[in-house]
Amino acid sequence: MSMKTSDGAERVAQVVPAVEVGNIHKRFGDLEVLKGISMSAHKGDVISIIGASGSGKSTFLRCINLLELPSQGEIIVSGEAIRFKSGNDGNLHPADVKQVQRLRTKLGMVFQSFNLWQHMNVLQNVIEAPVHVQGVSKAEAIEQAEDLLNKVGLWEKRDQYPGFLSGGQQQRVAIARALAINPDVMLFDEPTSALDPELVGEVLRVIRGLADEGRTMILVTHEMKFARDVSSHVIYLHQGLVEEEGPPKKVFYEPDSERCRAFVSSIH
Amino acid sequence: MVWDWLPVYFEQLLGGLWVTLQLVVICAGFGMAAAIPIGLVQVTGPKWLANIALGFCTVIRGTPLLIQLWLIYYGLGSVFPSIPGIRESVFWPYLRAAYPYAVFAFSLSVAGYVGEVMRGAFAGVPKGELEAAHAMGMGPFTVLRRVWLPRALQNVFPTLAGELVLTLKATPLAATITIQELFGVGTQIRQDTYRVYEPLLLIAGIYIVLTGIIVLVMRYFENRIPRPASV
Repeated sequence: MSMKTSDGAERVAQVVPAVEVGNIHKRFGDLEVLKGISMSAHKGDVISIIGASGSGKSTFLRCINLLELPSQGEIIVSGEAIRFKSGNDGNLHPADVKQVQRLRTKLGMVFQSFNLWQHMNVLQNVIEAPVHVQGVSKAEAIEQAEDLLNKVGLWEKRDQYPGFLSGGQQQRVAIARALAINPDVMLFDEPTSALDPELVGEVLRVIRGLADEGRTMILVTHEMKFARDVSSHVIYLHQGLVEEEGPPKKVFYEPDSERCRAFVSSIH
Repeated sequence: MVWDWLPVYFEQLLGGLWVTLQLVVICAGFGMAAAIPIGLVQVTGPKWLANIALGFCTVIRGTPLLIQLWLIYYGLGSVFPSIPGIRESVFWPYLRAAYPYAVFAFSLSVAGYVGEVMRGAFAGVPKGELEAAHAMGMGPFTVLRRVWLPRALQNVFPTLAGELVLTLKATPLAATITIQELFGVGTQIRQDTYRVYEPLLLIAGIYIVLTGIIVLVMRYFENRIPRPASV
């Protein structure tokens, strides 16, 4: 990015992407599900990853925070490259586990099946990582958690246990929980796929609100219309490769790839 | 029925009750502390440790507690005195008593049974909840302490309450190695007074009351544990 300074000289400001992944490969035995995928997310980007089931989009997202260990490639979070060593299972393993734990707090993850901790109530779920990972004082964490629960519209449920909440409510708590660690980037792994149709809207509204705030987000989704409307960049994956990418207008209306055209045709 | 012996033996019975309660609490404590790693390594590996833990649980669960107790008391108990100098050491008063052997044997038994329960409990915690914990930047020990263990205990709490009752009812075996716990006192009363049934009935009644207390206390805690979602 170039900027004009007051004296007219052009200076190149190095903008560090919030997340940058390069040439990610992932093999499960003989099956190669990711065949070299690169992506970078700058501050404020909303990147949607779409594709058929089995195209590798969830696996790719899970590689970013190492819930899935890539077989090859590089991952740079906020300018810091994750240091790897090769394991004898054919995957890259973190060379410095503490580094990964630290970088994971820059990435807030929201799962398809919510994965709230069932033995904790809503408020405890949200303050858990700030208090027990980041060392925030409990009072401060509670204050922040109540703000976040307000934001997702569940402040009045703060003393409830996840077992008493609907899927949509659980997912909104999960979003608040991920926001509570104050991440640079939010990762969403099919956040509405496990929800009853009538509950999808409330979760998408929350995610859209985050996009409007300028949050950096990477989103794996089947909600085509939503991806079209909120994304700044869309990646269409096919069989472990980027088949098409670009601004939503291009991917959804003028794709180069015939396969992509057929895939997105459902929303027209 | 003749109960005139009761006032005479009242204090001894209280003493026996105290020993029984001590045995249950101490052995449940030690056993539980051992059961957690025994269950955990069977889920996490390494393989060789998992095999040792599995072997331990199989042997403990596959053999009568009475035999374990006697092997430990008469077996180990007869090995120690042959170690030179041990009679002069500070440990000797303990090694000579029966009580530590009973604690050891019962603790092993609890560890074996509850270890198996905990294996299933750890394995039964949804993987996604552990992933969420890792994704939040928790280290392995924090995950265990804050999520994995409490979630596992939540799932098997009723089973653990049952194990505690079984432990209570196993303690009379300690009487066979000279420990004067509740049942031991009862046996002594029967020998002294030639009353066959009354002491047995009294002792059985006390065990029922103790079991009832355990069940009620555990149920109280069980009801305070939140119900997990059914997804």
